[in-house]
Amino acid sequence: MAVYKKTYRPYDGAMTSPWSRVLVIPRYAFDDLRKSRFLSIFFLASFVYPLVCALLIYVEHNASALRILGAEQMSKFISINVTFFLSILGWQSMLALFLAAFVGPGRVSPDLSNGGLALYLARPFSRVEYVVGKMLILLILLSAMTWVPGLLLFGLQGYLEGWAWVTANARLAVAFFVSAWIWILLLSLLALALSAWVKWKPAAGALMFGLFFVAAGFGGAIDVVQNTRWGHLMQIGSLVGTVWVYLFEGSNPTTTGAIFFRITPGEELPVWSCCIVLALLTLLCLYMLARKIRGAEVVR
Amino acid sequence: MDPVIELDGLEVRFGDRVILNRLKAALTGRSIGLLGPNGAGKSTLLGALLGFHKPFSGTARILGHDIRTHARQVRGLIGYMPENDSFIANMSGVHFVRMMAELSGLPPAQALERAHEAFFYVGLGEVRYRPLGTYSLGMKQSAKLAQAIAHGPKLLFLDEPTNGLDPPARIRMIQLIQEIRDRGDLHLILSSHLLRDVEECCDQVLILKEGNIAAFCNLEEERRANRRFLEIETRGGLDGVFLESIEKLGCETAPGAQGRVKLILPDGLEIRQLYEVAAGQNVQIRRLNHRRDSLEDIFLKAMEAPNGSL
Repeated sequence: MAVYKKTYRPYDGAMTSPWSRVLVIPRYAFDDLRKSRFLSIFFLASFVYPLVCALLIYVEHNASALRILGAEQMSKFISINVTFFLSILGWQSMLALFLAAFVGPGRVSPDLSNGGLALYLARPFSRVEYVVGKMLILLILLSAMTWVPGLLLFGLQGYLEGWAWVTANARLAVAFFVSAWIWILLLSLLALALSAWVKWKPAAGALMFGLFFVAAGFGGAIDVVQNTRWGHLMQIGSLVGTVWVYLFEGSNPTTTGAIFFRITPGEELPVWSCCIVLALLTLLCLYMLARKIRGAEVVR
Repeated sequence: MDPVIELDGLEVRFGDRVILNRLKAALTGRSIGLLGPNGAGKSTLLGALLGFHKPFSGTARILGHDIRTHARQVRGLIGYMPENDSFIANMSGVHFVRMMAELSGLPPAQALERAHEAFFYVGLGEVRYRPLGTYSLGMKQSAKLAQAIAHGPKLLFLDEPTNGLDPPARIRMIQLIQEIRDRGDLHLILSSHLLRDVEECCDQVLILKEGNIAAFCNLEEERRANRRFLEIETRGGLDGVFLESIEKLGCETAPGAQGRVKLILPDGLEIRQLYEVAAGQNVQIRRLNHRRDSLEDIFLKAMEAPNGSL
C-alpha cells in the first residue's frame, strides 16, 4: 500500500504542453462512458450496417462466393454507387443522432449544476478549449460511426474495383467526408448547447429529439396550411439532406437523400437557403454556449 | 519586496453597475486577507484576477504578470478554492482532483500521486474513492482545498473557506491554511467576511466597501504597535507625581477618570519598570490592559468612513 506524505509540498516537476490538456477532458469522459453497458453495446451495434455493406461489396466482386451462395445473378442487383453511399451515410447519421442524444446532454450540465465549471476555467484552460474538449468526445464517437466506416468502405470498393473507379468516384469520398462532418458538427454543437442550458439530462436528450422530429412535424404542418415548401426550413433532416445531395451529385441530382434526410421530390429548397439556416443554427448554438460557459455567473 | 498582487486602477462593471472602482494597491504580504461586507466586491476581485470578469479599465499584475495580456500564465500560478459548491457529483474525490491537476498541466502519473497526497493532507484520505456528491459540506470544502493545492500553485485564492463549517471543522480548516502559510512556499489570498478567520491567517488586510478600498493595513505592524499601548487603573498617587515619574521614563500619558491612565510605552521600556515606579510611590496598579485595536476596530472604522476610504 502506498504511503502518502501528509504535508503540503510545492510542485516543480515537468508540465504537459497546453494543447495536450484539451485531451484530458475526452480521456476522462471515455473512461466514464465505457462504464455504460448500454452505450457500449449501442456503439458496437452501430457497426453492423457498415459490416453488411462491406460484405455486399466483397460478394459483388467475388464470383466464387456468389456461386457458393447460389446467387450468381445477385451481382446485378448490387450497385455500389451514390445511392449506396448516401444510404450508409443516412443510416449511420441516424444512429449518430441517437448516440448524441444519449451522450451529449451529460457533457456540460454536470459541470454547471454543481459549479464545477469555475474550477476548469480557473486553470490555464480557456473557454474555447473547454468547449473543444467536450466536443471532442462527440466528434470522436460520431466520426467513428460515420465517415470512418464510409471511407473504409470506399477504400474497399476502390481496392476491389481498381484505381480507375477511385478516380472516377473521388467526389463520393469527399462528399461523404464533408457531409458527415456537417452532421457531426451540427449534432455536437446542438448537444452541448442543450446540455449547457438544460441541466436535467433526460430533458436535454428529449429536447434534442424534439428539435429534429417535432420541429419537422411543425414544418410539415406549415407547408400544408400555407401551401408552401418553406416549412421545410424547420426540418433539420431535410436541410442536411439537401446539402448532402448537392455535395454528392451537384445541381443535377438523381437521388433524394436517405432515411431521415430524404427530400420530397418537387419540394426541394434552394441549397443556399439550407446552408443559411444551418449556419444560423450553428451560430445560435455557439451563442448559447458562449452565454453559459463562464467562470462566474454575472447578475447585471 | 515585489508585490504579489498589484492593482493598477482596476475597474470592473456589470452592465452600468460599477462593482470595483479603480482599485489601486500593492499587496506584498505572504497571506493577504480580503475583507468586506457582502457585496463589497471581494469575490468579483478574485474573479477579475482569474480572468472571469473582464476589467472595464485599468489592470492588475499577479507576480509580475498582467491579467489582461498574460491571463493563461496568471491562471497557471493560481490555485482557486471557490466560495460555492464546485465539484462533479458522480466523480470520486481523487479522480476529480487528479483531473483538475492534469488540466493545470501535471502529467497523469504525477497528478495521481499529488491528488492522493492532497486528499490525505486535507484529512480526506479514507474517503477519497467516494463520489463527491456523497460528501458532507465540510468534506466538500476540504476537497475544494485539495484541488486548489494539488498542482502546487504559487498563489492560493481561498474564497470564504470556512463557509458553513461547524466549529471543529472550521478550526481544522484554519489550521490547514496556517500550515500552508507557514511553510512559505506560496502566497495566499483569503477572502472572507469573518474577521476572525482573516485575523488568524493573514498578515495584510485589504478591506473593501462598495467596490472601493476602505482600508489597507499590515496586521503584523498593527499587532506590534498595539503592544506599546496600555491602559492602567491605579489607586493612590492622585497628586500627579506618579504620572510625571512615568513621563520621565519616556511614556506619553493621558489621564482619565477614576485613576485610569492611557499610555504609550517608548521602545525598550519594560512594563516591570512601571510597577517599580508605582511601588516606589505607593501607587497600586490594579489593572493593566494592552490596548487591543483589533481587526474588528479597523474594520468598523473603515465601514464608518463616509466615502469608503480611511
